[in-house]
Amino acid sequence: MPERYIARSTAIAARLLGGEMMVMSAVDSTFFTLNETATVIWQAADGHTPLSEIVANKICGEFDVDRERAQRGADHFVDELSQHGILLVSDQPLLNSSPPQENP
Amino acid sequence: MSLLAEMNHRALNLGTPLSVHIDITYRCNERCVHCYLDHDDHGEMKTAEIFNVLAQLADAGVFFLVLSGGEVLMRRDFFEIVERARLLLFNVKVKTNGVMIHAKEAARLRQLGVEQIQISVYSHRPEVHDAITKLPGSLKRTIRAIRFLKSQGLKVTIANVLMNGNFFDGAGVMALAKELGTAYTLDPTITPKMDGDTSILALRIPGSELQEVFHREELVGNVEEFCAPPPPAGEDVMEGYPCSAGHTACYISPYGDVFPCVQFPLPSGNVRRQKFLEIWRHSPQLNEVRSIRAKDLTVCSGCDHVGTCTRCPGLAYMEGSMRGPSTADCEKSFQRTGIPSANMLRRALAGPTTPLIQIQQLA
Repeated sequence: MPERYIARSTAIAARLLGGEMMVMSAVDSTFFTLNETATVIWQAADGHTPLSEIVANKICGEFDVDRERAQRGADHFVDELSQHGILLVSDQPLLNSSPPQENP
Repeated sequence: MSLLAEMNHRALNLGTPLSVHIDITYRCNERCVHCYLDHDDHGEMKTAEIFNVLAQLADAGVFFLVLSGGEVLMRRDFFEIVERARLLLFNVKVKTNGVMIHAKEAARLRQLGVEQIQISVYSHRPEVHDAITKLPGSLKRTIRAIRFLKSQGLKVTIANVLMNGNFFDGAGVMALAKELGTAYTLDPTITPKMDGDTSILALRIPGSELQEVFHREELVGNVEEFCAPPPPAGEDVMEGYPCSAGHTACYISPYGDVFPCVQFPLPSGNVRRQKFLEIWRHSPQLNEVRSIRAKDLTVCSGCDHVGTCTRCPGLAYMEGSMRGPSTADCEKSFQRTGIPSANMLRRALAGPTTPLIQIQQLA
């Protein structure tokens, strides 16, 4: 699979609640809660950092999980959120995306 | 349990203010006969002050932000405020009469990612709606605004306050909502004015007519279910909280005063003098509100309706005690089910009345 870059859509509402991220699409009002691991990926989705690097540095570095399994989980998460327009995905860096937020 | 209910539960346990309603102005271009507000500007928060409050609310964990008034578009910086709120990733709901919304404003609201617009409509008949708003042509302009908003794909809810001048028009407004493709909510609540004037309470729908409203299938859905006698209250009900006011939600006035809810005029702090979180966490008033369980309610804890009543602690407070009954809600429970509330039985024996307490700015 080619390298993937991810960025948060601006058409969302989001807030950290007890370590988990609440995200709601402003387009279709779909509501998501992200677990701790998904929240880390979400916060690192700056459009510039490759997903594989996020997985290696942020997920494998902070959680007790092997890289292959973590990558599969991250791909699934990205696919699901991108279907709802919550995450933007590209095989090139997304230049106009905003930097990661620690506590949106 | 839905995801949103789970989030509410979690916010309650964490002491997080999940939802905040800010009235950014009390100024308005309509003069609705039932309105409880003083429309003069007594020094509303400036743009920078509101930006500061929004940043504090985001830090405090607020997710749902309601921007209301007055008429929000009376503020020239309204779109700046919405833009800032969206940059801070709030889920933004706007309450407006729509009169000042044209194609450009609707497009801007869409562009900013506003979640929902709630618009007040009192009747499908211009002569009735305009008589309530005291603004000639207002229904026409409001409907035009709804069409602009819908054309942008925005979610619109028509809020239909029913009073004695329009209660026959509920079904007509509902049909209008269907035609326009909006959601519809019905509310028969009229509250006293901020200055203590209770004359507008005369606009409340009389009991017998309220009963008719509650038994109209087109307004309430399944009448049998809606009007069913209340089931016995279990321990979970008696240990439960009356509502979200002060627990996961609060209200901020255009002057920075913080209250448990827009309908609960208990001054609890002011964001011009204190940090929001300091008020939220340490206000003695909010902590008192939080301490109250259904079992602590002086009259309602012994009422058949305690588990199903829409009892508003704010209206109860305005009647004299936040632990006491709200007679307007007693009336609703009675007219809905035919079963008198404990408060009604008590009043029949003892007679009224208690003084009203009104919104006051903190000194």
